[in-house]
Amino acid sequence: MSSDANKSPSASQKTRFWHDPAKRAILFQSLLVIAVLGFVGMIVQNTLHNLESRGITTGFAFLSQEAGFGIIQSLIDYSESSSYGRTFFVGLLNTLLVSVLGIIAATLLGFIMGIARLSNNWLISKVASAYVEIFRNIPLLIQIFFWYFAVLRALPSPRQSLEPIENIFINVRGLYMPEPIYGDGFGWVVAAFFIAVVAVFFISRWSKKRQDETGQRFPMLWTAAGLIIGLPLLVYWVMGSPLTWEAPVLKGFNFRGGMTIIPELAALWVALTIYTAAFIAEIVRSGIEAVSHGQTEAASALGLNRGKVLRLVVVPQAVRVIIPPLTSQYLNLIKNSSLATAIGYPDLVSVFAGTTLNQTGQAIEVIFMTMLVYLTLSLLVSAFMNWFNTRMALVER
Amino acid sequence: MSMTHQVEDKLMVEMRGVNKWYGQFHVLKDVNLEVKKGERIVICGPSGSGKSTTIRCINRLEEHQKGDIIVDGTTLNNDLKNIETIRREVGMVFQHFNLFPHLTVLENCALAPIWVRKTPREEAEEIAMKYLRRVKIEEQALKYPGQLSGGQQQRVAIARSLCMNPQVMLFDEPTSALDPEMIKEVLDVMVELAEEGMTMLCVTHEMGFAKTVADRVIFMDKGQIIEENEPHEFFNNPQSERTKAFLSQILNH
Ligand SMILES: Nc1ncnc2c1ncn2[C@@H]1O[C@H](COP(=O)(O)OP(=O)(O)OP(=O)(O)O)[C@@H](O)[C@H]1O
Ligand SMILES: [Mg+2]
Repeated sequence: MSSDANKSPSASQKTRFWHDPAKRAILFQSLLVIAVLGFVGMIVQNTLHNLESRGITTGFAFLSQEAGFGIIQSLIDYSESSSYGRTFFVGLLNTLLVSVLGIIAATLLGFIMGIARLSNNWLISKVASAYVEIFRNIPLLIQIFFWYFAVLRALPSPRQSLEPIENIFINVRGLYMPEPIYGDGFGWVVAAFFIAVVAVFFISRWSKKRQDETGQRFPMLWTAAGLIIGLPLLVYWVMGSPLTWEAPVLKGFNFRGGMTIIPELAALWVALTIYTAAFIAEIVRSGIEAVSHGQTEAASALGLNRGKVLRLVVVPQAVRVIIPPLTSQYLNLIKNSSLATAIGYPDLVSVFAGTTLNQTGQAIEVIFMTMLVYLTLSLLVSAFMNWFNTRMALVER
Repeated sequence: MSMTHQVEDKLMVEMRGVNKWYGQFHVLKDVNLEVKKGERIVICGPSGSGKSTTIRCINRLEEHQKGDIIVDGTTLNNDLKNIETIRREVGMVFQHFNLFPHLTVLENCALAPIWVRKTPREEAEEIAMKYLRRVKIEEQALKYPGQLSGGQQQRVAIARSLCMNPQVMLFDEPTSALDPEMIKEVLDVMVELAEEGMTMLCVTHEMGFAKTVADRVIFMDKGQIIEENEPHEFFNNPQSERTKAFLSQILNH
């Protein structure tokens, strides 16, 4: 009897190894890991061998060598005598600049267009659909070329600059604006701004509490706007206007002084924004449409007005549908910003994986660092959006 | 036989010559209906006959094109103020519950009192708990709708409407999306509500409910009210051929 009992499980165990999904999965995964490691090992060995035979040194020592080339836009101090390491940071910051500007503008434009597509107004919804259909169906590179060569390159020379507003000049070299020069006491204005923000934070908590307790609502939006704009303005006036503007002036063939937005940045920013916003508009539209009509009906039947139905019922549910595809649009935008190379905007790829790589020949290190940057940026954005998404997730049975 | 209860003379809902079209399609043809305070009306009829459309016109989820609808003295027109006033007084329960999945049961119930009636949150939650207790589901208050069974969800939906303290309740086939074993728990709640004197208009095929609760049964077909009578007469002595055909279908399956 005991031999019988021992026999049957061991017999079934023999067949079970192949039929047990968990064990099978472990086997296949181990095989896969071995294959991948072998493949990577082969590539590394092959590359090292090639480099050695061509006499190229490996390592990151080149980063401290002098770069010797100029960059047309830099957010940190940079000159031709700066190091290659510094070109990396200049490029990285320029990539971040255009990505952040692009994400902000594309989100705003995308939400406006997505909601406009759902408008009951025939003209508004048709304009929004036309926008989406046109801009998401033309290759991004062509759009960048369009804004750069067809629009911005067609602007007049510095001497014939357009001046739509006093001291703001637009010409083929860029957009020139007065630069603020902060005088004594401007710090107080900044402080007033932050005090206003903190005050708004506490007032809004208080007003929420008061609504919970008494049901009365407080005009929070107006109070917040008044405080955040009004308080700094008041302090500014009390301190005797401690802010002057240095206007750009035409000297020779170009403008000096003031702030400049170079046409490469403007073209890339506009193109990335308009292109990505077309996709975001579709995401927003389908997200709002994904909230069933029954939700709107139930909320309206309770007496909530249109605005509150949207704010309290539709948007909180739509956001959950919108976030995952929105995340991938943000990632696309960051990666697409590398098309900067095509018009010479000095982003990471153009400056570092372009000029620096060409001059130093350190392909492996440069490409590795560049890929690492995009990978890190993408993972950071994904992590943030995932965190946001799990916070919003619906509880199901 | 219907239960004895108080029906007042005051008119809660009045539909006079109401007509509605979907494009070319004439959905409602001269619908006339008067519902007194405390009255319980059951509307039945074949699919597509315009039952849902009729009651959805009462709180303006659908717009009628001709005729008058007056609810508790307020005339429905394009004035948003009137529409909102009427919606505050008229509760509605849907076939598919339509609870808000991102809010807990308690928040579902307290939402409208807080944002429409401007009730303090604590008080609104007390009201919500009171009605959740009445539909016997108070122990689920902190769960999300997705965690409840269909019957429980529908009871929450009824409680959610009651929190606005409505004068009239509209039910659009409240039990037809439910598994048979859950129908009773919802009907029990509705019967209880009727006993408390709520003015009710129910679209339903639950003839047992109609027989015990309704003051009047209305039969609709092809956008018209064909016949209306008190339940005993309606079921035992139907007048029109169409009513007879419908009743034989629905009672014999
Ligand atoms: N939005 C709409 N557009 C066009 N036709 C519609 C629309 N809504 C309903 N209808 C039509 O109006 C008619 C009446 O619909 P209604 O929903 O009022 O019927 P019902 O009596 O409630 O039917 P059921 O028992 O199936 O719920 C149906 O023929 C339906 O196809
Ligand atoms: Mg219906």
